[in-house]
Amino acid sequence: MSYKSELYQQVILDHNKNPRNYRKIEDATSSCLGHNPLCGDRITVYLKLDADNKISDISFSGDGCAISKASASLMTTFVKGKSIDDVKVIFDEFHKMIIGELDTGKTGHHLGKLTIFEGVREYPARTKCASLAWHTLKCSLEKKGETTME
Amino acid sequence: MGLRWFLFASDKTALNEKMTKTLFNMEKIRADFPMLSVKVRGKPYIYLDNAATTHKPLSVIEGIRRFDSEEYATVRRGAYLLGEKATSMFESVRERVARFINAENPSEIVFTSGTTQSINLVAYSFGRKFIGSGDEVIISHIEHHANILPWQILCSEKDAKLKVIPVADNGELIMEEYEKLLSEKTKIVAVTHASNVLGTIPPVREIVGLAKKVGAKTLIDGAQAAPHIKVDVKGLGCDFYVFSGHKMYGPTGVGVLYGRREVLETMPPYITGGEMIVTVTMEKSTYAKPPMRFEAGTPPVSQVIGLGYAIDYINSIGMDRIQAHEHELLEYATATLGKIPGLTIIGNAREKAALISFTLKNAHPHDVITILDEYGIAVRGGHHCAQPVMQRFGVPATTRASFSFYNKKEEIDALVEGLKKVIVFFS
Repeated sequence: MSYKSELYQQVILDHNKNPRNYRKIEDATSSCLGHNPLCGDRITVYLKLDADNKISDISFSGDGCAISKASASLMTTFVKGKSIDDVKVIFDEFHKMIIGELDTGKTGHHLGKLTIFEGVREYPARTKCASLAWHTLKCSLEKKGETTME
Repeated sequence: MGLRWFLFASDKTALNEKMTKTLFNMEKIRADFPMLSVKVRGKPYIYLDNAATTHKPLSVIEGIRRFDSEEYATVRRGAYLLGEKATSMFESVRERVARFINAENPSEIVFTSGTTQSINLVAYSFGRKFIGSGDEVIISHIEHHANILPWQILCSEKDAKLKVIPVADNGELIMEEYEKLLSEKTKIVAVTHASNVLGTIPPVREIVGLAKKVGAKTLIDGAQAAPHIKVDVKGLGCDFYVFSGHKMYGPTGVGVLYGRREVLETMPPYITGGEMIVTVTMEKSTYAKPPMRFEAGTPPVSQVIGLGYAIDYINSIGMDRIQAHEHELLEYATATLGKIPGLTIIGNAREKAALISFTLKNAHPHDVITILDEYGIAVRGGHHCAQPVMQRFGVPATTRASFSFYNKKEEIDALVEGLKKVIVFFS
């Protein structure tokens, strides 16, 4: 019997294998290196903002587990073109979803296809894998340069 | 000739298997450990994380329960009957620990909270008194963070130099390089007796011998060795030997610092307070002799009692049989895991403890452990508190399976089956 899982949805496996926007942006407005000391994962998120404070381009580099890589990949596709204010709302909702404080089936939200990460709430040891990219994006927006998951 | 050799070899294998079965009654031993019969997600619990912590036999669990519910008192204080009884039980553990590692005298055994505290004690007490500007401390590249940080901090405070014995690709320490690092500036050499990531068992006797030639003291980190290898501190000739209770079938919160008496006597107190003094006035105090000098405050009494029962249990099985069985498990695991395509074993030292670190081509260790967990298999994934090892071997993390005498070959088979599923899943 082969392995099946609520955590590793097909979309997650696909993004792990073929990550989108997996490159460096040479003329980025800002970038940040995110580090999870628990597992050693490191990713860098590169950002380009336009005059209206919208994300005109976003990419990431680095290595990590399937969850963190897929989360970074999906994040880049999802926030491109969105405003900083929109991203802040999505960040909060995403965080609440993966720690089990937001049930996307019951409460309204703006998470769209990101709901495939809802299964992470059943795996408390893995929530930081899913949120590393988001914390790194936040750090990049705040132009802090580096962030470490506590 | 070839056929005769073959017959001999196969006879030998059959004999070995027979010997293991008769000398090692696996089911009887496993029945001593209640945790080995729990179910995880409805499946038998396959516990292969023994380098992190080991399970306790009933004799330890029951011994602690009996002490706490029928014999409990604090030690070295009250002159009432139970206080005296508890003190004598407590001190008898000191004697058993001394015998277990072949120390000259029980007064050379200091109870601490664990290996980490034992090393910190030496770095703070011995280190701050005897290591100064321009002196050198030698550690190796394969140390646990607990045997790096206390020395790093000491060296930066004292303007001393931290030197590192390099490790070869197979996980062995490069002894020629070690010899070059030694000089009259070397004040202490602190190395592991068995690496928690690579399994490497360095030639500690030789390391100690070479250090002695330049007059340096030696500390051996036995956290991964004391439960698996016969330890003989007199034979090794080391000045300090440290290990933890919870990695050797005993409780958490208790560990041991062995220190050669002449060395311990020269050392100032580390933590100060009750029970480590001779006299205290508001102006000046004098300190007790070792080991009391280093045991300020109420010690972890129940835990020390539990450690005593753990040593008794290990002795009842016998370190020779433990080593033989664990070596067999290591050989079997190395052979079966080694056949898995895309699996790379990190650490192939000739002398190796019963643990295997590895990477899988398409799966990150954290994904590996999550999926194995669904099958009830507990292994560790991460940097194992040894980031310099990860950096040296160019991997962010590894998956580690670590064995104990209570593990069976069938559990390694289950691990192999689980890993095959992981590979299919991520392909």
